[in-house]
Amino acid sequence: MFFPISNSHISPIYLVVIGFLIGIMGGFFGVGGSFIAGPALRAVGLDWNFAIGTDIAHIVGKSVVAAKRHRALGNVDLRLGLIMAIGTMGGTEVGAQLIQMLKRAGNVNTVVSIISIAIYVSISTFMIWEAWRTLRLQKKRKSRSKATKSANKKDESSFSHRTRAIQRFHLWPMISLPTSGVRISLWVIILVSFIGGLFAGFLGGGAGYIRMPMLVYVLGIPTHLAVGTDLFEIILSASYGTFSHAIKGNVDILIALVMNTGAAIGAQIGAILTQYFAGPKIRLAFVPLPLIGAAIVIYTMWTGHKI
Amino acid sequence: MKADRAATLRAFVIELAVYAVLVTGYFFLVLHFLSGWLQDLHLHHAMVYALVAIALVIGQAVVLEIVTTWLFRLLRGRSE
Repeated sequence: MFFPISNSHISPIYLVVIGFLIGIMGGFFGVGGSFIAGPALRAVGLDWNFAIGTDIAHIVGKSVVAAKRHRALGNVDLRLGLIMAIGTMGGTEVGAQLIQMLKRAGNVNTVVSIISIAIYVSISTFMIWEAWRTLRLQKKRKSRSKATKSANKKDESSFSHRTRAIQRFHLWPMISLPTSGVRISLWVIILVSFIGGLFAGFLGGGAGYIRMPMLVYVLGIPTHLAVGTDLFEIILSASYGTFSHAIKGNVDILIALVMNTGAAIGAQIGAILTQYFAGPKIRLAFVPLPLIGAAIVIYTMWTGHKI
Repeated sequence: MKADRAATLRAFVIELAVYAVLVTGYFFLVLHFLSGWLQDLHLHHAMVYALVAIALVIGQAVVLEIVTTWLFRLLRGRSE
């Protein structure tokens, strides 16, 4: 199928299948799936600036569906999501401007490829280490005390002591988040969301791969709520990202619309799956995904071939 | 238990098949006709293109969600 906006030929079946897979990921992990979508679009010959802009646009639609599901399941902290949108929009604009700078300099493909590989590998390494430590800690506790079944389902993190230290950091204004059971400085929330936005604007998608871990480990939001809130926040921030990238000529909306047809059905399946897994297990299952994205980027970069 | 799983899987496969037919029709009827107009907006009216892009992607997501939910209910209802 020919896509005149980006002047590219891509199989619609390929786009629908990619959309379906990242739809499942979005519903299950609360991430936009840009670590797969971006490299997958790059692998069929789109320039990184188009892959990034189109990925952000596709994520808007997918997140609407997945966030609606999570809202119905009570997995969304609306107050946190709205506050985070402010920082994310700022970060997204900075990221989009960086892409424009690289586009003008003529090295957007090389720079974004190298940075994305480094980031995807770092995220996977960190999450496997953390989830493994948490699961080991739970096992130890279980064998020491006569643990009940519910202890195994408890959403714990081996970073809990550091998260509590961040929550004790009192810098006015302090924000209460009753849904998440957290009271934290507004500036910590803004900083976390700004970093997420920066990644979204620079690498595409909703940057859930960086925001979701930060929600859990830095802000101390329970994993199920982090998944739903992240999706809700992505609707607002990715809409802004789509607008910003579209006026810079980086969005092929037809590709995004085709991908969304697969994502619609995948997102429903993913959201239902979260009900069957505890927090650390969701995080452990997330580990290989950024590595797959990194592998696709390495393949495209080294061989220069389209898939 | 096995019968339940088989029924769910069968419903899911039927759903995918029906959905694939709908989506293929949508590609040819809607996206084919939209492409010229969207390319023109992309080249000459970037601001309008950006707003239309957001509206299209959200509108399509909402409609597709209604379609998939309806299909889920229809086929699961029949399989139970």
